Amino acid sequence: MSSWTPTAPRPAPSNTVGFVAWARANLFATKLDTALTLLAFTLVVYVVEAIFGWAIIDASFTGDDRTACLKEVQGACWPFIEAKFGQFIYGRYPDAERWRVDLVFLSGLIGLIPMLMPNVGFKRANMIYLLGFYPIFAFIMLNGGMLGLAMVDTTDWGGLLVTLVVAITGIVASLPLGILLALGRRSDLPIVRALCIGFIEIFRGVPLITVLFMASVMLPLFLPDGINFDKLVRCLIGVALFSSAYMAEVVRGGLQAIPKGQYEAAAALGLGYWKTTHLIILPQALKLVIPGIVNTFIGLFKDTTLVLIVGLFDLLGIVQLHFTDASWATPETHITGYVFAGAVFWLFCFAMSRYSIFMENHLSTDRTSS
Amino acid sequence: MLGALVLAMVWLVANVQSNLERQNINSGFGFLSERAGFGINQTLIEYSEDSSFARVLTVGLLNTLLVSVLGIGLATVLGFVLGVARLSSNWLVNKAAMVYVEIFRNVPLLLHIMFWYFGVLRNLPSPRKAVSLGDAVFLSNRGIVVPALEMTAAAWWYGAALAVSTTAYFWLRRRARLLRLADGTAQSIWRPVSMIAMASLAFAALLGGVPFSFDIPALKGFNFRGGITVIPEFVALLLALSLYTAAFIAEIVRAGIQSVSKGQREAAAALGLPDNTALRLVVIPQALRVIIPPLTSQYLNLTKNSSLAVAIAYPDIVSVFAGTTLTQVGQAVEIIFITMMIYLTLSLLTSFAMNRYNARIALVGQKS
Amino acid sequence: MSDPVIRINKMNKWFGNFHVLRDIDLNVAAGEKTVICGPSGSGKSTLIRCINRLEAHQEGEIEVEGVTLDGSLKNLEEIRSNVGMVFQQFNLFPHMTVLENCTLSPIWVQQKSQAEAETLARELLERVRIPDQADKYPGQLSGGQQQRVAIARALCMNPRIMLFDEPTSALDPEMIKEVLDVMVELANEGMTMLCVTHEMGFARQVADRVIFMDEGEIVEENAPEAFFSNPENERTQLFLSQVLTH
Repeated sequence: MSSWTPTAPRPAPSNTVGFVAWARANLFATKLDTALTLLAFTLVVYVVEAIFGWAIIDASFTGDDRTACLKEVQGACWPFIEAKFGQFIYGRYPDAERWRVDLVFLSGLIGLIPMLMPNVGFKRANMIYLLGFYPIFAFIMLNGGMLGLAMVDTTDWGGLLVTLVVAITGIVASLPLGILLALGRRSDLPIVRALCIGFIEIFRGVPLITVLFMASVMLPLFLPDGINFDKLVRCLIGVALFSSAYMAEVVRGGLQAIPKGQYEAAAALGLGYWKTTHLIILPQALKLVIPGIVNTFIGLFKDTTLVLIVGLFDLLGIVQLHFTDASWATPETHITGYVFAGAVFWLFCFAMSRYSIFMENHLSTDRTSS
Repeated sequence: MLGALVLAMVWLVANVQSNLERQNINSGFGFLSERAGFGINQTLIEYSEDSSFARVLTVGLLNTLLVSVLGIGLATVLGFVLGVARLSSNWLVNKAAMVYVEIFRNVPLLLHIMFWYFGVLRNLPSPRKAVSLGDAVFLSNRGIVVPALEMTAAAWWYGAALAVSTTAYFWLRRRARLLRLADGTAQSIWRPVSMIAMASLAFAALLGGVPFSFDIPALKGFNFRGGITVIPEFVALLLALSLYTAAFIAEIVRAGIQSVSKGQREAAAALGLPDNTALRLVVIPQALRVIIPPLTSQYLNLTKNSSLAVAIAYPDIVSVFAGTTLTQVGQAVEIIFITMMIYLTLSLLTSFAMNRYNARIALVGQKS
Repeated sequence: MSDPVIRINKMNKWFGNFHVLRDIDLNVAAGEKTVICGPSGSGKSTLIRCINRLEAHQEGEIEVEGVTLDGSLKNLEEIRSNVGMVFQQFNLFPHMTVLENCTLSPIWVQQKSQAEAETLARELLERVRIPDQADKYPGQLSGGQQQRVAIARALCMNPRIMLFDEPTSALDPEMIKEVLDVMVELANEGMTMLCVTHEMGFARQVADRVIFMDEGEIVEENAPEAFFSNPENERTQLFLSQVLTH
């Protein structure tokens, strides 16, 4: 019997690898392909040139008022953003108290980052901090009026602060509410099930703006004369109710994916409904739908811009408000403001969507390996 | 616990009643027949300040449907093109589509609307200095003015010609298909169809003359007379809705086509099917099953998102009814209830239709 | 001996920079049944997929019935209408009935009439012993039935060469025999077959020649008796000892 040694592998022929081969396959494969490449290339060059020209080459970078942005060929008016930056982030929050907002941002990040990393432990303690301790702490810090902190009325809150408050409150409130609704939708009690289905279908079937109108205009009617709802609180309620209906559908997807065997095993161990749900079913279901939850949050984050229609000043609202400042009135002020707001929103949303993809991949490898 | 809930509801209702009385707001739906007293700058049906609030509701609803249907059409076309581009083997086209999708869908829709309206359309010059395209289409900050089509009597002949050509097309197509099934002959129908079309067109031209005339807009004073004016609010809303939703549709289309496993394409290729036949008979039918449910969801979203019209005063249902009418009449409960009911009906109808369609095309068998 | 129906000469293929098939020389005569075996990653599937150009080779020549595989569309169409392929995952079209799966190619590629195509399809479904499933959908059939439909579908093209890429590897054990029986019948009727498989019993029964591949190369080829009882190579021996444990 002979022994066999494999032939040594050779590198691929030079005309099949490397940049030239790649370009031939991906850019110039057929005549049509070449034509498309040239067309797309011209388009891309045109757009990039226009953007670059507007944002950098023809833009103004320093100045104190509108005269800085009245050049012959004018691009972006960045001094406008610089001058108003504080207001864009904090609204009319008093300068002296802004450290409180920064503290709230920071403590939020400290709690959030470990929560988002799947391999970091202490998740339960983390959750209690984020959902229990942090909201109370944030409220006290931002609102004031106790513990020696000056009171800052919610009408002075504005900009990115409001955007984040509405979005985060929305998601934090809608998660438990959504879970309850999803459980209720699967309940055996017909009244509970009907109410839950009704709630979910109604809030998913109507636009958010009608819910905000309803909250702004109708909530005061439900309360006795004299007691009035803070405008911000009204919006928070509307957003929370709206978002919980979507969250309920996301959680429902997770609940449906739990095999019947889990319920059976729990019953065999003598666990009742609530124990089964909160010890066995929910942890698995929620983990399954983390990408769905993040996607709901992305949608919610974008939807917070609607509060400007009912008179609250989120990031977009406050940027728009400052368009009326006569000392900055130039033809490019509007566009610069919108681009800035767009960029901030884009940054947040893009980061969140990347995280969602990361979690999806992590979860699928998790599942296939276990 | 149920008792506590009932008590709470009774308390709430009592509050509502006393508050409404206090503010002198009526109840009931009688207000719908009262005179509206305000103008609307885009109406698809007859409307004047003397019309009733019920007519206001109808005008608003039609405007909502107009921008939604057109938006759905544009978004679908653009979305499918982008989705296919995302799967292209051409790297540049692929990445360019990806950049579009990632940028447009991560920016809030309201910002899109504001950008197009305040950032672009309002920055157009005034009508006197309007941008003109071929001296027939004019862009200004008062809107886009295009020539209006006015049909002459001759139009009937052309209508007939169109009818003849269409009938011929369908009949010939059916005949060709039956022929192919019967004995395998493949036959192109383009020649006979185009000949019939040209003949009937020539006939119509001979008998009727010119079928329509253009009412070309002309600048008179401060604005244009004649033609059709498309208000900037409509254009901004349509652009924003279409470009935004197209980004989502692109991802749905891409996922749908990718969901058809590679093996399907390989099997079709191994059977000798040419690429476009394989696409038509094997890939697309399977892809559509995956695409249509989330696509319908996006259509619904677009329709609900059209309510953002209120931010730029496009006269959709929220703007004119839950906005202006509510300020005038004050009956918030009834008005918001009606508005929500209308959107709810649209949603439920579409969901119902979609569920029916889904059940019908579900792949048969346990392993679908 | 007449000209070989498949002629592969010094064929090399790379996936990127990975040299997956190295200097392959292979000739297959008409009516010859060849079984290709080897460890996973040895390139055996890639080899037969190069024959109907589901994968493209970078160096060397492949000729099928005298037609060179060189990327030209016309040659490709000719070759694919004479070479049938059966996949490990069946790849039946789930949105069409069994009958429609089978008549698809005759109607659209060979321009047959619907009636002709259906008669042919029913004949072939009879041959693979599932004539009564013609109007069912693939999702309603068992794995063994689906693979037999896949064989019938390939046969509807009236190919002169059949390629099998691990046709029974995705089947439950009790269904393997029904598919192998069909393949044995096909072999006995004189079809030229190239089969990648782990089913050594089938190889012993039907093959004229068994080829062992490793690391992208043909290590050994021989008639089945000699191959199984007296392998020439240590590597072959090692592989056989791992595979033939039962």
